[in-house]
Amino acid sequence: MIGLTHLYALAGVVFGGIALAALLDGQHPRRLRAAAFWALIATEFLIGDALSDTGNGVLLLALVALALLGAPGKGQPATSTAAQRSASAARHGNRLFLPALIMPGVALAGTFLFPHLGQIVDPKQVTLVSLGLGAMIAAATLMIWLRPPLAAPVQEGRRLAEGVGWAMILPQLLASLGALFAVAGVGEIVGALAPLAIPEGSRIAAVLAFTGGMAIFTVMMGNAFAAFPVMMGGIGLPVLVLGLGGDPVVVGAVGMLAGFCGTLLSPMAANFNIVPAALLSLPDRYAVIRAQWPTAVILWLFNTAMIWGFAFS
Amino acid sequence: MTGLPSLWPLIGIAVVVIGFAMRANPLAVVVAAAFGSGLGAGLSVPEVVAALGKAFHQNRYVSVPWLALPVIGLMERAGLQEQAAALISRSKAATTSRILLIYLGFRQLTSALGLTQIAGHAQTVRPLLAPMAEAAAARDNPAISADERNTVKAMAAATDNVGIFFGEDIFLAIASILLIKGFLESAGIIVQPLQLSVWAIPTAIAAFAVHGGRLLRMGRKN
Repeated sequence: MIGLTHLYALAGVVFGGIALAALLDGQHPRRLRAAAFWALIATEFLIGDALSDTGNGVLLLALVALALLGAPGKGQPATSTAAQRSASAARHGNRLFLPALIMPGVALAGTFLFPHLGQIVDPKQVTLVSLGLGAMIAAATLMIWLRPPLAAPVQEGRRLAEGVGWAMILPQLLASLGALFAVAGVGEIVGALAPLAIPEGSRIAAVLAFTGGMAIFTVMMGNAFAAFPVMMGGIGLPVLVLGLGGDPVVVGAVGMLAGFCGTLLSPMAANFNIVPAALLSLPDRYAVIRAQWPTAVILWLFNTAMIWGFAFS
Repeated sequence: MTGLPSLWPLIGIAVVVIGFAMRANPLAVVVAAAFGSGLGAGLSVPEVVAALGKAFHQNRYVSVPWLALPVIGLMERAGLQEQAAALISRSKAATTSRILLIYLGFRQLTSALGLTQIAGHAQTVRPLLAPMAEAAAARDNPAISADERNTVKAMAAATDNVGIFFGEDIFLAIASILLIKGFLESAGIIVQPLQLSVWAIPTAIAAFAVHGGRLLRMGRKN
């Protein structure tokens, strides 16, 4: 059965290739640190299972230390020149868009088809497996069609990975922080404190405390999923639903959306806010948050008004 | 004060807030926060390292989508961004605002159908949407500054986020809907996913109006 193990092996090979390419790049200003950084990520994917929890923890701390020392930095991955790209675009025209459809197409087809094909693919991991399969098919198609050098997938992958830089491991690290907060009981403490902020019997204050708490706690955790059980357990259910007779459906559904407004404002939501700024080479790390804060604030007010107006009718 | 739990585990949250406000390296902030909360909750240093390592290992799937990078790099090598920009600069009707507005609607509708994986920052925003929006802005304002180019690119990423966030909750089987249903169920309140997802529709419409309005306003300023 194809599952996450196979994807992790593939990811390990890809990052191993990037590490090797960095090591062989004589023009890389921080060649050894970069190679070590990518090699540690490859190690995590390839043999992380064999390491103890402490071993994985030390590996993670080494990655962060390398990042603080300037890894992975930017080398000189072999790629095409601007002139070659324009010429290629003129020659191939809109056919260049077709390979861009392979990955989403395979992801889509796989998500619908694999569950009907028996036990070939782990049913819980259909989406991720389809994504990996789509990437392999798209890469093979591009290699056969355009015949770039054999090392091109690794060099091009390295070019983009170096563009993102240390932010590559930030989403995974933030997910780990969430787990540590859970071990430390942060959620329960916030849930116990939150109701103290509400004056007795005031509906508007209770609604504001709930949607505001969802947004603020989501900003801190980077994830509305982490904030929801805390705020729903601390204020939503005991105060709004049981205390003031609010509709649990409206409070729950719209409360989650108030949390999403916090995600738009959070540097902790690295996948959505920090990584794209790196992918687009924006000089301001917070440029995407800056672009979306007005939308987030207006929609938070809208969601607050929705609960206030419709949960108690 | 009686009845209140110990507040020391909250150190991690304080570290996060201060760290990001100071614009310290986020990796360092996260590790410091983990140690702050872990030690505050009474764990030892080796226990924090082990807990972090275990969670980092379990969360490897978060990094799997990076597998798309070599493919996107190969397409860029062949001139995908250039072709996207060329396509746009030939058509006067495709303004920055309209491109982003159409993408917003597309992202909301497909997410509402559960198709959240068919687009994203690496798959669509970097190779297609951002170059198109930037090319349209440069065509309509040849004197465009580097700052204005960056604003357009940031808005392209923001539009993807708004589209997916305020579309996906209309889909019945999305993780957030199942989380709400599960939470209410554990409190003895049985609700159907459909009841929850219809309440995502008003906010989805508001998101299209609010963010779409901002996109149109951005176009008028140029």
